[in-house]
Amino acid sequence: MEHTEAVDLQSRLSARWKELPEIQRTGTKIVLALVLAALLLFVDKALGFGVATVAAVYWLYRLPPLPWRLAAQAVLVLLFLVLGPASFGILLAGAFAVFWVPERRRSWVVPAVAVGAAIFYPFYQGHMFTIPVFGAWPDVATGVVMLVFVMMAIGLNIVVGYAGLLDLGYVAFYATGAYTAAFFTSQQFAGQRCPTPGVSVANCSVAVVPKHNFDFGAVGVVPGAGGIHISVWLLLLLAGVITAFFGIVIGLPTLRLRGDYLAIVTLGFGEILPQIARNGDNLFGTGVNLTNGPNGITPLDSMGFGNRISDATGGVLPSNFLTCCKASHFGHQIQSTDIFFWVAIVLLLLTVFCSFRLQYSRLGRAWIAIREDETAAAAMGIPLMRTKTWAYASGAFFGGVAGAYYAVFRSATFPGDFFFNISVFILCMVILGGMGNIWGVIVGAAFLAYLDREGLANTGAWLNTNLSATSFNLLVAGIFLAVLVWLLTRQREQVMRYVLVGLIVIDLVVFAGLRIIHLPIEVPLYASGIYGLIILIVMLLRPEGLIPSRRRAAELHEGVHDEPLYDLAHAGAEG
Amino acid sequence: MAADVSAPTLATRFKRPTFIGAVGGIFVVALIILLIKEATVSPSQFAQTTLIGLTNGAVYALIALGYTLVYGILELINFAHGDVFMLGGMFTITFGTHFFGLHHGQGVVTVPIVFATLLLAMLACGALNATIEFVAYRPLRGAPRLAPLITAIGVSFIIQDVGLAWKGPNYVTAPDVFPHSKVFSFRGVDYQWNHLIVVMITIPVLLALLWLVQKTRQGKAMRATAQDKDAAAIMGINVNRTISFTFVIAGALAGAAGTLYSLWATTVRFDQGFQLGLISFTAAVIGGIGNLPGAVLGAVTIGLIQSWNEGLPWHMPGSDWTQSIVFSILILILVFRPEGLLGEKTPEGG
Repeated sequence: MEHTEAVDLQSRLSARWKELPEIQRTGTKIVLALVLAALLLFVDKALGFGVATVAAVYWLYRLPPLPWRLAAQAVLVLLFLVLGPASFGILLAGAFAVFWVPERRRSWVVPAVAVGAAIFYPFYQGHMFTIPVFGAWPDVATGVVMLVFVMMAIGLNIVVGYAGLLDLGYVAFYATGAYTAAFFTSQQFAGQRCPTPGVSVANCSVAVVPKHNFDFGAVGVVPGAGGIHISVWLLLLLAGVITAFFGIVIGLPTLRLRGDYLAIVTLGFGEILPQIARNGDNLFGTGVNLTNGPNGITPLDSMGFGNRISDATGGVLPSNFLTCCKASHFGHQIQSTDIFFWVAIVLLLLTVFCSFRLQYSRLGRAWIAIREDETAAAAMGIPLMRTKTWAYASGAFFGGVAGAYYAVFRSATFPGDFFFNISVFILCMVILGGMGNIWGVIVGAAFLAYLDREGLANTGAWLNTNLSATSFNLLVAGIFLAVLVWLLTRQREQVMRYVLVGLIVIDLVVFAGLRIIHLPIEVPLYASGIYGLIILIVMLLRPEGLIPSRRRAAELHEGVHDEPLYDLAHAGAEG
Repeated sequence: MAADVSAPTLATRFKRPTFIGAVGGIFVVALIILLIKEATVSPSQFAQTTLIGLTNGAVYALIALGYTLVYGILELINFAHGDVFMLGGMFTITFGTHFFGLHHGQGVVTVPIVFATLLLAMLACGALNATIEFVAYRPLRGAPRLAPLITAIGVSFIIQDVGLAWKGPNYVTAPDVFPHSKVFSFRGVDYQWNHLIVVMITIPVLLALLWLVQKTRQGKAMRATAQDKDAAAIMGINVNRTISFTFVIAGALAGAAGTLYSLWATTVRFDQGFQLGLISFTAAVIGGIGNLPGAVLGAVTIGLIQSWNEGLPWHMPGSDWTQSIVFSILILILVFRPEGLLGEKTPEGG
């Protein structure tokens, strides 16, 4: 067939590049990095130096022989300890130290160091250097949110990454967990207030839910407050179990469906459930106030270990997170957020542990088999429905726990938190990190949750102050131009080449001439578009994600289906 | 005695319903009884909401056909389609008001301007849809099935934000050019021209599409590609170009829907494409996805259900629950009859 011989510009260039000797390629890369750093120096000094440092660290790790490498690394660290932000020097020293750990130990040394660094984060967070573009390090409250979203992403990873079932309604599990927490730790079922604010129970037009007072080991309940109050520790488990049950209920009828239909059905559940939460202050016109509607349920009980455990441990384990913490260690006054942060770390570690155990269990291997080839898996005797339902239930369990913990941390649950874009947000975390790889998912989720809470706002502020409208337009035009040229070099069809050249011209005229982008840009407003862009770029360029799972990458690149007769991706050169 | 004899013949003539079929049948019968009750309680309101439902259904049909065309040829749920429809509305506002100075109360001049706007919006959306296919879906032709679906969600979000950046976060008003005068007024049932015009423009577009797919050479190529890409390629059909053409047609339909909807509802917002897109997708699924007449039937059904739910006074859940109702229908159809009302049973579907 002729079209296999027609070589496009891109493959010719990449072939040339691979033919070059190693030294020339390395040299080119270093020069490019230097030029980039020098250009960025004009925009923002810290950014330029940062890029130069990162490049230096990278090449110091790659290039020189051992003794020189050690010396150069020591010099770099010393330089920062003396001149620049000392905290960066320490960070750098830690990073270098990790790379000196022998390869076979790294698999546990790196996670151990990371966990240690995370546990002590509240103590040194205030002393950290400012990151170029991204600004200050995230505060501890953001850290809690990041950990919660990492948990959810790990839960979704079980469904999407291990079992290969695309779930577009994961927010339903999050909502179930959050509302379970809200029901069992608040005055929602106290029957002592009217859903309409400011109206007494006697004058209430909507029927008031009857009194359900129940207290079971809860901490920090106002004396005399009604409603159901269950210890939050128990509740986390309960929320997980209820959500997992809910996952099974959703899964049983739907898991027979093919991949994309399943995705749509889960999306449907993900839209219905929040709507029930939204309209639940007067459920179907019956006057039952289940969810308190758009006002949400607030406040929720605090977490705590209770007086007995607190006294027994001499106050090390606080009896109530919200009223605790007079102690000061290492010059840092411990706050309730810090304790929530540590508890979140413990929950996350449990999640990661379970996820790993599941991955290599019989069940986990069955999930992978189903993902790779359902028919073959069924032929090997794997019960499809039961295995898929387990995947759903496990994913839902972690989503429920994370949702409940988040609700307790915020002491509130609002229906406005559970929109479709949260489902896509969590999916984006899994895709960016690498479907099926726990480390990748952790990194991707932490980064994206950080972006959502602080990163985008900080980046936006940086963009608006450091770039002029003209340079911003040039930048965007340049990005579009690069994409179009990249497409052009891949394109073998003549007609499409003309179209692309036309688009390039339009791009130049529109951005450089008309300057369609005006400052300031509210970057956080475009969060979902940015996630969409991340999804698109990752799926097109690196479908296996940042830190791929080897098995999944092979699947995505080689495909699990038979080779088509006709190479559709590269066909049509001759029209 | 007679009953005993006739029993077996009855059983052979009517297939014994399955349990699920029986439950579904009872459900549908109950709904119909409820509707008849509604119709007797307030006949004029019932007729009124039914007519509005038909107009709703016409717009949904245009969007649903785009989903169905693309699904038929690529087996891809093109999430971005609803957002292309939204951009169609924005194109309409820009072309109509900024280029042609369209505004309320211009008289006969409105007609050519609306048609020019319609054509331009169809053109723009068609080009946009083909570009999306080229950039986002074509590189993933050989990838696992869910990869393009995930990409489509990404593209959908990107287009929403393009709309957000273009027209801002609030509702944008489109010129109210369709006359509100009455076509007829019968016992308190008013039918206004602006509802009728939408249906009047939709029907020729649908007929043109049907002609294109059934009668033309290009339509034949589309059907062949949908059936078997490899065999179509061997027969000398340029598969990629046919797929691009399908996306152009789907985009043009979304553009037409965008124009009609924006001029009819007179508001456009960046996120309405997602909601209406999902409703229309449900319509396509009800009719049997990949089936053109089915999409129209499903769209009219959904349009009627929506307007009955929102417009009828008696024991209807109301507009707060429209979305839940539509999604429940979607889930029920996908679970119990994935081939839709008119579709054929496929091995994977069940």
